[in-house]
Amino acid sequence: MWEMIMGELDHAMQELARNFAHFLPRLLAMLIIALLGWVVAYVIKFSLRGILRIAKFDKLSDNAGATQLLNKLALPSSSELLSRTVFWVVWLGFILLGVQVLGIVGLQEHIARIFLYLPRLFVALLIFFFGLVAASFFSRAALLAAVNAGSPSPGLLATLIRSIIIIFAVTMAFEQLGLGERTILVAFAIAFGALMLGLAIAFGIGGRDLARRFLERRFLKETQEQKQDELSPL
Amino acid sequence: MDLLVGVPTHNNAATVGEVVQAIRVGLLKYFPRERVVIVNADGGSKDSTRDVIAAASINDVQHSSDLYALRTLHCISTIYEGGPASEVALRAILAAAELSRAKACAIIAPESTSITPDWMERLLRPVYRDDFDLVTPLYRRHKFDGLLLRNLVYPMTRALYAKRLREPYAVEFAFSGRLGSHLLEQQVWDHGAGGVGTEMRVTLAAMAGQFRLGQTFLGTKQHLDSGSADLVPAMRQTVGTLFWSLDANFQLWSANHPTESIPTFGAEHDLTAEPIRVNRKRLYQLFTSGVGELEPVLKSIVSAQTLTEIQSIAKLAEDDFRYPHELWVKTAYEFAASYHKSVINRDHIIQALAPLYRGKVYTFLLENRDASAEEMEAHVETLCLTFERLKPYLLDLWNAKE
Repeated sequence: MWEMIMGELDHAMQELARNFAHFLPRLLAMLIIALLGWVVAYVIKFSLRGILRIAKFDKLSDNAGATQLLNKLALPSSSELLSRTVFWVVWLGFILLGVQVLGIVGLQEHIARIFLYLPRLFVALLIFFFGLVAASFFSRAALLAAVNAGSPSPGLLATLIRSIIIIFAVTMAFEQLGLGERTILVAFAIAFGALMLGLAIAFGIGGRDLARRFLERRFLKETQEQKQDELSPL
Repeated sequence: MDLLVGVPTHNNAATVGEVVQAIRVGLLKYFPRERVVIVNADGGSKDSTRDVIAAASINDVQHSSDLYALRTLHCISTIYEGGPASEVALRAILAAAELSRAKACAIIAPESTSITPDWMERLLRPVYRDDFDLVTPLYRRHKFDGLLLRNLVYPMTRALYAKRLREPYAVEFAFSGRLGSHLLEQQVWDHGAGGVGTEMRVTLAAMAGQFRLGQTFLGTKQHLDSGSADLVPAMRQTVGTLFWSLDANFQLWSANHPTESIPTFGAEHDLTAEPIRVNRKRLYQLFTSGVGELEPVLKSIVSAQTLTEIQSIAKLAEDDFRYPHELWVKTAYEFAASYHKSVINRDHIIQALAPLYRGKVYTFLLENRDASAEEMEAHVETLCLTFERLKPYLLDLWNAKE
C-alpha cells in the first residue's frame, strides 16, 4: 500500500518535472520574445517621437484643438501620447505572441481576435484625429470668412461647423470599431435631421423678415452701397 | 522683333477693343520704325473678346488719324488651356517675347480704359532706349484710393527690399527681354497660394535679381471691376505674395542695405481730393468685431503683448480710436514671421490680417481727413521709416526658435 502511494507520488512528481521541463523552454522563449519586444517597441517609440517632432505634429495637434483636449484630461502632448501608445501596442503585440508560444488552449483564439481588432482601433483613432483637424480647419475658415464679410454671429457659425464635423468623425470612428453601429447611426441621423429641420423652421418662420432684408440687401442694394462706401485697396 | 505688347484677357469684350486701339495708336505714333507685335493671351472667353480684338486690329486707325505705319503691325491672339489664370497668360506672353527675341515688352490690363496712346511711349521707351529692365506705373489717384498699397505693401516692400518702388503690384508694366528670360527660368511660378499675385511676383523677382528698375507716370488709375474693392483677394495677391517671397529671398532682405530711390519719369505722386463717400463706421465695426471674434486665431499668430495692445485699442471709442504706426508695423512683421513658420494655414493668416488692416485704414482716414497731398505723403513717409526702423524686430522673430 505504502509502496503504491509512493509510486503514484513519484509518478506525479516525474510527470510534473517532465511537464515543467517541457514548459520551461516555452516560458523562456516567451520571456525572450517579451524582452525583444520591449527593445523593439522602445526603438520604435524613440524613432517615432523624433519623426513627429520633425514633422511638427504637436503644432498640427495644437491647430486641431487636440492639445487643449489632452491638457484638460491631464495627458501628455500628442506626440508623446502617440509614441507611448505605439510603444504599448507593439510591446503588447510581442507579449501576446509570447503567450501564444506557451500553447495554452483557448487563449490563442482570444489573442487572434485582439490582433484582428488592433487595425480597426488604429483606423478609428486616425479617423477621430483627422476629424478634429478637419473640424478645426473648416470652422476657422468659416469664422474668417464670416468676420471679413461682416456677417452676424461668426463665432456661432464656426462652433456649429466644428460640432457637426466632430460628431460626424465620432460616428465614423464608432462605426469603424463596430460599437453600437445602428444606434449611433440612427442617433446621428435623428440629431442631424432635427438640427437641419430646426434651422429651416427658425429661418423660415422666425427669421422671415430677417431673411427678406438680408436677401434684399445682398442682391439689390449692397452692390450699389459697396461701390459708394468701399475703398479700393489696390 | 523690337517690341511686344501683351494683353491677357478673359471675358473683356466691353473694354478690350478700346484698349487695343489705344495700344495700336501709341505704337504707330511713337514707334513707327520698330518691328512690333501685339499678343493677346485669352483664358477661354465666352463673350466676343477675341472677335473684338480681331476687329480692333483690322480697324484701320491710319485713316482716322495722321498715323502711318512703316512696318506691318501684327496682332496675334491665342487661347491657353485650363481656364483664366493671370499666371498662365503672363507665362504665354513671356514665352512669345523670348521666342520673338523682343527687346522690350509691355503688359496692359484689358480693363484699363483710362489708357492713352502715350502709355506705350511712357512704358516702353525707358526699357527700349534707356536699358531699364522693369518699368512700373505711377498713377493719379484719389487720396483714399490704394490704401493697402500705401499702408502696408509699399512701406513693407521698401523696408525689406530697400527699393522705393511705389506700385509693387502693377497690372501695367514694361520689362526687358533679359528680365523676361530670367523670369521664365525662375521659380516664381511655383507659388503655393494657387497662382495669385503674378504681377507682384514679377516685381519682387526683378528686385531680388537686382535688375534696373524705373517708374513712369501714366495718369489716372481707373477701377472698373467690382472685384477691386474685395479686400481679401487683394491681400492674397499682394501681402500673401510679399510674405511668400521672404522665404526665398532671406539673404537679400536680411542684409542691411540703405533704401534706394527709383528713377521716375513724370510725377512721383499725384493725389486728387474730390469728396467721396466712405463708410468709416463699418471699418471701425469690422475691426472691433474682428478682434473680438478672432481672438483664438490671433493668439496663434501674434505675440501676447501685441494682442493685448490690439485688444486695448479695440476698446477705444470711435472718435478716440487710433492704430499707432509702431503697433501696426509690429503686427505686420509678426504676421510675416507666422506666415514663414506656417503656424496655421497660410491663407488663414492672410485672412486674419484683413480686420486689423481695416482698423489701420480707419486711423488713416481719420488722420488724413483734411490733409493735403504733401501732408499725406509725409504720413506715408513716417510709416515707411517705422517699417525700416523695426526691421530688426522681424529678423529677431524670423530667427527665433519655435
